[in-house]
Amino acid sequence: MEEKAKIRVRDLNLYIGRQHILKNVNVDIPKNKITVILGPSGCGKTTLLKSMNRLTDLYPEVKVSGNIFIGEEDILNTTSEITAIRKRMGLLSQRPYPLPMSIFNNIAFGLRISGRTKKRILDARVEHYLRQANLWEEVQYRLKDPASALSIGQQQRLCLARGLSVDPEIILADEPTSALDPLSSDVIEKKFVDLKENYTVVLVTHILRQARRIADNVIFMYMGEVIEQGTAEEVFNNPKEERTKQYLKGTFN
Amino acid sequence: MREFRFIEEKIFRVLMFLSTAIIALALLLIVASILFKGIPAMSWEMLSQTPKGGFYFGKEGGILNAIIGSAYLSIGASVLAFSIGLPVALYMNVHMVKRKKMLNTIRFFLDLLWGVPSIVYGAFGFGVMIFFGFKTSLLAGIITVTIFIIPIMVRGMDEVLKTVPRGLLEASYSLGSTKSETAYRVFFKQSFAGIVTAFLLSFGRAIGDAASVLFTTGYTDSIPTSLMQPTATLPLSIFFQLSSPIEEVRTRAYASAVVLTLFILFISILSRYTTKRYQKNKIQF
Repeated sequence: MEEKAKIRVRDLNLYIGRQHILKNVNVDIPKNKITVILGPSGCGKTTLLKSMNRLTDLYPEVKVSGNIFIGEEDILNTTSEITAIRKRMGLLSQRPYPLPMSIFNNIAFGLRISGRTKKRILDARVEHYLRQANLWEEVQYRLKDPASALSIGQQQRLCLARGLSVDPEIILADEPTSALDPLSSDVIEKKFVDLKENYTVVLVTHILRQARRIADNVIFMYMGEVIEQGTAEEVFNNPKEERTKQYLKGTFN
Repeated sequence: MREFRFIEEKIFRVLMFLSTAIIALALLLIVASILFKGIPAMSWEMLSQTPKGGFYFGKEGGILNAIIGSAYLSIGASVLAFSIGLPVALYMNVHMVKRKKMLNTIRFFLDLLWGVPSIVYGAFGFGVMIFFGFKTSLLAGIITVTIFIIPIMVRGMDEVLKTVPRGLLEASYSLGSTKSETAYRVFFKQSFAGIVTAFLLSFGRAIGDAASVLFTTGYTDSIPTSLMQPTATLPLSIFFQLSSPIEEVRTRAYASAVVLTLFILFISILSRYTTKRYQKNKIQF
């Protein structure tokens, strides 16, 4: 990689109890690109993603060793507040988890806890982020409605807007379209392509076609190990590893 | 074989209907018998006056002392238990998510405490009062009842908070919120209706319990004017009147029971109404 990677994972090992979930993971995730983590279910994709946000802290019996550098900071061995680390990354999960409040407050929540409480600023920012997620047109007259009244596809876009609202550098997405209809998935996918101009996107998916459509970089994982990584062209058109070839052909077992 | 499945279905349907009917009937019977015996003795005097000289011989007076006393006691105890119990329940479900074993231990002990009969709490409260030289008083009653209902309230809220999905916790954290912000701004809101229900369940236990207040709050015919005075309560008022040899006093016990029942009914209707307004923000998962 010519440029220094935005996220550098070095010798990451993660255990849950006695299970070895991530085995010596070393990956580089370049800035302002979409990096797709690909692999069969249970291979540790989601765990890798969550360890970048240190959400793995929340699970009992998890032991992590190694380094994860975000920019220059090693987030596994740092003195900064965990909240400050997490704020640098927006998270989009498998299904939308809107906060139990109104549409407006879902976006304003992140702004308020980071100290922006003036009504005028809040109004402007909320509109800005809803527009970014292509949701403003649909909800501008019902901002006070509960977020639970939105459809699943709208909720996922709301979650995207909410994630952007805390001004992150990185977007972590964990199979964000798996619960959505094709149209909403399409909106989210297209949005990612727009967003990479300003953000570094890490997308976990098991949908091969989705990966082919939008990936700049691909990391292929199997059984907790990184089998292959590189640019999308390299990995899709000219895979080096036998297991990658099999997976791409669909003859994997 | 098909035949048998249909017969089975029928038998179980009848069984389930019968069980439902028995429960409903029992409930109706209780309410009906209280109303039937209590309504004739009900009068404005009953509700608006404290017992006069000859009250316990069937003469004039009412149970205002017990109504006011019960209200003071149960509201005081519920509010106190809530302000201690809510942080505990949130702490268990937000701050301690990682500590499964510890949580299970805490839940186990809370369940044990829930099962302890209220007379034991009464005796405990009484023992502490003697140790510190306290007399029976409203304050002693409130503290005893608070201790008695905290496990009920915490476990009630805990059961609701437990159902908040992990994804919501992660969503809140990934916005950079602290544990407390997650607890009070996300978990509390998501579980609001259930938390109110837990509060009212405990309130019902507080207002309906006789044994825990027997030694601690005492009984008096006047309305308390300070926390340090003994206080009458409805369950004890029912108890004393029901044990009277005089017929008229005994029917008044049922009138007191009607008051107690209405109290609880009123609170539950009020809560249904208020929670409905907040329920709409709850996310269905």
